[in-house]
Amino acid sequence: MALIEAKNLGKSYGALRAVHDVSFAVDRGEVIGFLGPNGAGKSTTMKLLAGYLRADAGTASVAGHDVAEQPIEAKRHLGYSPEGAPAYGEMTVREFLRFAADLRGLDAPAERVRATLDLCRLTDVAAQNIDTLSKGYRMRVGFAQAVIHDPAALILDEPTDGLDPNQKHEVRRILKDMASRKAVIVSTHILEEVGELCTRVIVIAKGELRCDEPRDRFLARGADLNQVFRTLTA
Amino acid sequence: MTSPSDSTPTARPNGRAAFAAVVRREFAGYFRTPLAYVFLAVFNAFAMALAFFVGNLYEAGTANLDRFFLYQPWLWAFLAPAAGARLWAEERRQGTLELLLTWPVTVWQAALGKFLAAWLFLACALLVTFPIALTVGYLGSPDWGVIANGYLGSLLCAGACLGLAAIASAVTRSQVIAFVTGFLACFVLVLLGYGVFDGLLVGVLPDETVDVIRRLGLWRNLEPFTLGLFDLQPTVYFLSLAFAGLGLSTVIVERR
Ligand SMILES: Nc1ncnc2c1ncn2[C@@H]1O[C@H](COP(=O)(O)OP(=O)(O)OP(=O)(O)O)[C@@H](O)[C@H]1O
Ligand SMILES: [Mg+2]
Repeated sequence: MALIEAKNLGKSYGALRAVHDVSFAVDRGEVIGFLGPNGAGKSTTMKLLAGYLRADAGTASVAGHDVAEQPIEAKRHLGYSPEGAPAYGEMTVREFLRFAADLRGLDAPAERVRATLDLCRLTDVAAQNIDTLSKGYRMRVGFAQAVIHDPAALILDEPTDGLDPNQKHEVRRILKDMASRKAVIVSTHILEEVGELCTRVIVIAKGELRCDEPRDRFLARGADLNQVFRTLTA
Repeated sequence: MTSPSDSTPTARPNGRAAFAAVVRREFAGYFRTPLAYVFLAVFNAFAMALAFFVGNLYEAGTANLDRFFLYQPWLWAFLAPAAGARLWAEERRQGTLELLLTWPVTVWQAALGKFLAAWLFLACALLVTFPIALTVGYLGSPDWGVIANGYLGSLLCAGACLGLAAIASAVTRSQVIAFVTGFLACFVLVLLGYGVFDGLLVGVLPDETVDVIRRLGLWRNLEPFTLGLFDLQPTVYFLSLAFAGLGLSTVIVERR
């Protein structure tokens, strides 16, 4: 059973067709690099999978639960960090993660919060208001709330956006560490990330699937990934 | 680098845990900034000022608080939208709505949790005025049942205003806009049946129409409570407004 599945997903904003007939399935151990130009429909697809937006067409499921019909079950198995990693700025990092743990009804929430702070290297700023964090830390807080319950499915919308090279490396390392036990989708504009992190690549443009193939086949398309990307999304 | 614990975290997810977490976060949220204390102080100061200067509480010479409670619709019209403005507008502004709604909690649980937390905060404001009741108790021998009824009526009135505030907060990402629209909506309900405005209508509209308008206002519905009468009709009126506001705001948030 695929842990994350999109079947003929479609979503329009008024007259604008943001996502059209997108299907794919992600199994345990896979890390999908989700690529596409600005406005391609990556975030929209992720919001549909996460159950934030309702699809006009098709279905989405997480861990075998349809996100429209069994939303609570689906969301229990999902970690999702929206684009820009929003968080309650007026809370401290620890309070925020504790809220996430309590809301999810996790056992031993204090212990979970401590382990997650440690995992995401946030312990130093645990008592700091999220508002006052630098971008790198804020992105990691978004990541932390998504993994606090060690979900089977993980959807991260541009988790390395705006991070310095060290922080990018850090996030990728944490991700790779847990990837074997999860199904992961990561959207990104950094093509080099594909080689470093992903096992498979999905490219969309203008709301439609352009390419879905193993990493190595994608990398074999050409030496210049930017050129490959331009051709695929043209 | 530690892996996220070798044993998968166990969870006993249930709606009540999620609901309780929301109530706790929202309620604590009010006290995160000094604004909450300003709010409580302002409420208290104005409640006293209205009672003594507008209501002539002392000159009335009786040991009861009807004058104190009578003017509270004005206060709630202003302060319930102030407390309710952040409910959804702030979630939208910060983008956290997308988090909350992708966590395992239903919109209804989240909305009810938020609403109750805000209502509880308004109850705190009311509680802070309790010294005035003690003063009356010291000066005379009031009917405590009547006073308790007054507090109940005021709290219900607060819930009704909060219902309108919740709707206003659900439609925008700006707390300022949420506050202003919420206030205007409550203000209309205060005016219906209020002295000056009421006077304008009398004689112009048929008496029955004026009476219906009065019944739709906060004023007329609070009155029996201040006199120590527990009446079902005004109770239903206040609760309907509160629940209609809660329901409509939830539906608005759910449509996305
Ligand atoms: N709430 C909305 N209302 C109207 N149009 C929207 C809305 N959200 C997104 N869109 C439009 O839908 C299309 C797809 O947007 P989406 O955010 O999914 O793209 P994206 O691939 O994530 O882009 P980016 O790389 O810039 O993040 C865009 O044309 C965008 O303008
Ligand atoms: Mg995007």
